[in-house]
Amino acid sequence: MSAVSASGRPVLKVRDLEVRFSVKREGLFAKPSQLYAVDGVSFEIAPGRTLGLVGESGSGKSTTALAAARLIPARRGHVEIDGVDVLSLEGEALRQQRRNVQFIFQDPYSSLNPRLRARDVVREPLDRLGIDSPAERASRVAELFRDVGLRPEQERLFPHQFSGGQRQRLGVARAIASRPKLVICDEPVSALDVAVQAQILNLLRRLQREHGLTYLFISHDLGVVQHMCNEVAVMYTGRIVEQASRVRLFTRPLHPYTRALLSSVPSADPTLDSRAGRILITGDPPSPIDPPQGCRFASRCPIAIERCRSETPPLVAHEPDHRVACHRAGEPIGADATRTH
Amino acid sequence: MATDSAAVLDGDRLEVAKARHPLAEAAGMFFRNHTAVAGLVTLAIIVVGSLVGPYVYTVDPYEMVWAPFSEPGADGFVFGTDYLGRDLFAGVVNGGRVTLAVGLSAALLSVFIGVSIGALSGYYRGWVEEALMRITEFFQVLPTLLFSMVLVALFGASLAMVTFAIGIVSWTAVARVTRSEFLRLREMEYVTSSRSSGARDLGLMLIVILPNALPPIVVQAALMVGSAILFEAGLSFLGLSDPNVVSWGQIIGSNRPYILDAGWTVALPGFFIFVTVLAISLVGDGLNDALNPKLRER
Repeated sequence: MSAVSASGRPVLKVRDLEVRFSVKREGLFAKPSQLYAVDGVSFEIAPGRTLGLVGESGSGKSTTALAAARLIPARRGHVEIDGVDVLSLEGEALRQQRRNVQFIFQDPYSSLNPRLRARDVVREPLDRLGIDSPAERASRVAELFRDVGLRPEQERLFPHQFSGGQRQRLGVARAIASRPKLVICDEPVSALDVAVQAQILNLLRRLQREHGLTYLFISHDLGVVQHMCNEVAVMYTGRIVEQASRVRLFTRPLHPYTRALLSSVPSADPTLDSRAGRILITGDPPSPIDPPQGCRFASRCPIAIERCRSETPPLVAHEPDHRVACHRAGEPIGADATRTH
Repeated sequence: MATDSAAVLDGDRLEVAKARHPLAEAAGMFFRNHTAVAGLVTLAIIVVGSLVGPYVYTVDPYEMVWAPFSEPGADGFVFGTDYLGRDLFAGVVNGGRVTLAVGLSAALLSVFIGVSIGALSGYYRGWVEEALMRITEFFQVLPTLLFSMVLVALFGASLAMVTFAIGIVSWTAVARVTRSEFLRLREMEYVTSSRSSGARDLGLMLIVILPNALPPIVVQAALMVGSAILFEAGLSFLGLSDPNVVSWGQIIGSNRPYILDAGWTVALPGFFIFVTVLAISLVGDGLNDALNPKLRER
């Protein structure tokens, strides 16, 4: 995997992560069903790099991140953050570990406590985790405000007095306050205007450059992912179906789902392979409650064969740096097919 | 793409914005509500009167000072005298303090129990919630007046017991409100964010969630004071209050046999209870409007 070879020990290493939820069914004596939210996900992120996690809503992107950060319980798997096995941590050790992983959330309105002044929002992680002395914390907050492009006199304001973009800057300042090794950006710009999106994305990139941050970047917006990420993993109903470096994934996608996703994005960039025509997929993803056997995409896949419905395709390396979980990876689809014949 | 320095332009609009606490805005809204302000003023007069009154009007409310059943205004007694010839005005002046104290402490007790149970069940969910909600339902289906009467009858009609009996039967509404707020707020991203910033369970409950859950709880608590006062009056009317301490309810209770012959002995303290509870309700409604602005849009 490219992530490891780039520069030593990965900041985040996830192996066979599984998260399931019990879903109550109707009826007094019915046994609860299992919702397979994350079903055996593995990936790594090297220091200073950004891994994009893309997929439609319900594909398990956020759940993967929350489980890796120990905010929801994982059923099985292994998660290492900077070499520390975090799934086995308990109590105070787990609490102290939290400084290493911080979140930037999607909704800048519900992610800031409305009762706290801006400076206390940013300061909370420092106070709770006992980072620096109280006097140093105040100057650290001032430094963070400068860092994210907010002004000192705004420290006293309450979150509702900021615009959406400024609120997200507060969220960013808070997330990097404890000098985390990993910052999980969970759809950080999806709730913002396009113009503001660009500012926040550039801010994130600048902070990554200046502080050597490592990002797990969750998004359903392929344009944003292309702008932000070194490497991209595509998720579909709880599994990673394809993972590759940004350039490879956007120019030579192999999984039919990824290819359909990319063909759905209008692009002004001629280097992208958008000439192949649109690949249309119909229907909805299968229910994550007691999902079908075999490939989860088989029911919607234009090139599925019998084998796809019975045998789960493993995530295997087709090329170095390019893993795909598909029996028919790279086979021509629809318009492609007619053109090549 | 724009550089992120463009945000400074964006920020300039805030030059004039003052840091206004959300509560300051709620207070502004409260004071624009005339009915609520009227209630607050009335309540303030009653509270101040009850606290200061006994030092101004120094007649002993327990002393038999005149013939029984002297009518209001006659013989120099504004409110007349009761069946033992005690000055009723002195009783009303002194009784307010006890009535308000019982109402307030019973409400505080029920808020304490209700918030604790509601917070724990809303925060932890699962079997904790199941167990605590079954207990809550148990208290909900108890006939409240009967249960508190049994408590007072069994353990004696002391002021503390009356307060406890009122508090223990009236916390269920607070528990439900608190639980539903906790259920809602625990899913907010800022709660997750605080947890990932190292907040412990207790800190999340008390410092992060509770302050945001307070508005409906405060409203409920305010209304609870009113209903606790009524409850105390009800118990007193049935003769279940401390006979050695004068309260409005106790005056009504002790004069109850003479309600047909000397109606004022019951009506006058009753009127004060009515005005007090009404004032509290108005304040509670005003608080509701000010603290839960979204509810008013309905």
